[in-house]
Amino acid sequence: MERRIGLVAAMAWAREKLFSTPANAALTVGSLALLYWCVPPALDWMIFSADFAGESRADCTGEGACWVFVKARLGQFLYGFYPEGERWRVDLAFALLVAACLPLAWPRFPAKGKIAALLLLAYPPVAILLFHGGAGLAVVETARWGGLFLTLVIAGVGIVASFPIGVALALGRRSPLPVVKALCVAFIELVRGVPLITVLFMASVMLPLFLPEGVSFDKLLRALVGIALFYAAYMAEVVRGGLQAVPRTQYEAAESLGYGYWQTMRLVVLPQALRHVIPGIVGIFIALFKDTTLVLIIGLFDLLGIVQAAVSDPQWIGYNVEGYVFAGLGFWIFCFALSRFSQFLEGRLAHTGRRARRTTKERQMATLDAPLQVD
Amino acid sequence: MARPAARRVGLARIDRFRAVAVQGLVLAGVIALAAWFVGNTLDNLAQRGIASGFGFLGSTAGFSIIVHLIDYSELSSYGRAFVVGLLNTLLVSAAGIVLASLLGLLVGVARLSDNWLVARLATVYVETFRNLPLLLQIFFWYFAVLSAMPQPRQSHSLFGLIFLNNRGLYVPKPLVTADLWLVAAALAGGIILAACAWRWRRRRGGTARWEGAAALALAFGPAAAVAALAGPVTGWAVPALRGFSFEGGMVLIPEFVGLVLGLSFYTGAYIAENVRSGILAVDKGQREAAQALGLSRGRTLRHVILPQAMRVIVPPLTSHYLGLTKNSSLAAAIGYPDLVSVFAGTVLNQTGQAVEVIAITMAVYLAISLAIAGAMNLYNRRVVRIGESR
Repeated sequence: MERRIGLVAAMAWAREKLFSTPANAALTVGSLALLYWCVPPALDWMIFSADFAGESRADCTGEGACWVFVKARLGQFLYGFYPEGERWRVDLAFALLVAACLPLAWPRFPAKGKIAALLLLAYPPVAILLFHGGAGLAVVETARWGGLFLTLVIAGVGIVASFPIGVALALGRRSPLPVVKALCVAFIELVRGVPLITVLFMASVMLPLFLPEGVSFDKLLRALVGIALFYAAYMAEVVRGGLQAVPRTQYEAAESLGYGYWQTMRLVVLPQALRHVIPGIVGIFIALFKDTTLVLIIGLFDLLGIVQAAVSDPQWIGYNVEGYVFAGLGFWIFCFALSRFSQFLEGRLAHTGRRARRTTKERQMATLDAPLQVD
Repeated sequence: MARPAARRVGLARIDRFRAVAVQGLVLAGVIALAAWFVGNTLDNLAQRGIASGFGFLGSTAGFSIIVHLIDYSELSSYGRAFVVGLLNTLLVSAAGIVLASLLGLLVGVARLSDNWLVARLATVYVETFRNLPLLLQIFFWYFAVLSAMPQPRQSHSLFGLIFLNNRGLYVPKPLVTADLWLVAAALAGGIILAACAWRWRRRRGGTARWEGAAALALAFGPAAAVAALAGPVTGWAVPALRGFSFEGGMVLIPEFVGLVLGLSFYTGAYIAENVRSGILAVDKGQREAAQALGLSRGRTLRHVILPQAMRVIVPPLTSHYLGLTKNSSLAAAIGYPDLVSVFAGTVLNQTGQAVEVIAITMAVYLAISLAIAGAMNLYNRRVVRIGESR
């Protein structure tokens, strides 16, 4: 009985959603044909006919995908050319980061501001020590960093470094001082008008020219400088949107309290503006995450770069699809999760926004609850 | 002391002295930094024996470029190589923009389809392509799909006219005589004429259905007539297998095809979202009113929904087009000879004129960005004006 009702309901649903008109039915049949043409062969290739067991190319039977390739190179894909005996350091640093970030992603966790401050101040030296070495740990040159590890380092440093620069540029763009404003506008529009590749070329070719003879710094660091400055311009535009959303009355209220410019910005405007732009910042982070792949053009091996190097290896020629599927899955999981997180934050912001308008008391609570505070 | 006074007047009127002092300091800092950079650069260049200036643009390039829309050989100058690269960038961007727009419109509408399956498929497309790095997608198309195409002898063919193999996409090419410019002139004249007539009719209120057809006839008729009378197109060169490769016809090299596919599928996903949010922004009552008038779904979409949605769609669409143009610089990664690959790659490596080359390259992208932004703003203003006058 249950089954029949279910069946009838399913038929009714199908009639309404799939076969309501002849055109609709044709679309449904076409889509089904497309699925039939794509999905079974793809599944067959990826799973049913694929080779999972083995160590070398000899174990690939050639029917489906040969995941042995990915398995054999997994260490490289994750850590690049980082020495195998030292990889625990990378794991430890990321474990620390995740442990510190979990409470921040939690909507109502106490003392968020303190945790965030601690993270920002104490984590970078610890991470640099673990990644690069020194103080008893063997030194690992940045040229040996690579894979997913390097992707995460570039994305993480890029977003953290571009944030303060972006906020400064956004404030500068709305500054009452014409010279400051003009400089900020010029920088933002110049950077937003050119592709990241040219900025990376500039960082790798021109930055050494700009510095005095003999002063040279690391290739990775140069790329990071380029990426941070590039994304700072985009960050500035997102933050500007948030600044514009703060009502004029807030500025006037701050003025009536006798606040100067910096006090107004720090205590009144930025806390409100930044709350609104968090989804936008996550959006920038997604774009940055995807754009880390461009560093392969200047000779750094991020996840895609190391996969590309591996598929060009004569020993494994012909297995590039497996490599791309693996790299793609890695990027996709991160980006998709981040975009869902951004949607979640947007929904929560809209919710707290509505609530905050109701009472002043609750508005104060909402401000205190802000996931990101700039001090 | 100036500080308490500044505090009292507050943010709106920071006191004059402090404003001037702060700006002077900032300006001095920026100038000092720039001067330091320039000084170091001059020292470094002198040390390496590189003469600065744009004189190198006139010297012989000495390398060949596989795709060139204008005459180019190894004996041409660096300046000409620059123009070739720029034209290739524009070519690939234009192709990408057209394909991405079509794909985005199709998928954006499909995402809102009543058909559950179609809507789901469209969502899967958007979420897949938007969350993968563009460079990965370009690599996939180029190295995994196009390089795995069969030898010319086993080409995939479409109606015996279009062939796809590991050397590229072969399409028929029109055989033209020198009179082609007449057709082009007739086409341009016809389009201008038709546009004027259309505007005139619209101002008079109302454009009937037959008038649309009339405008199309006016736009393309003259060109067709000239083409038929002067006979500049004497036939079509269909690609055909001769020995081990194809001859006749036109070949789109795999680098071009891979880049265009990557750019269009990636940007198409963004445009689809853009189209979707634009359509959703149109008030539900508009659709209901159109249906109450008995308009079919297609005509509702074309005459009621899309014209209003365009107002929401165009501003972000501009930035997607700009993004695509800038992203076409990823050509450097697969060796399609675009501006970055030819100029900021080969020319820079050969001449060592890093500052000049990078400056010119950046200036070109900046100019393209400003031009597209300007054109789109113009269009946007028109769309908004029409919307308001209703």
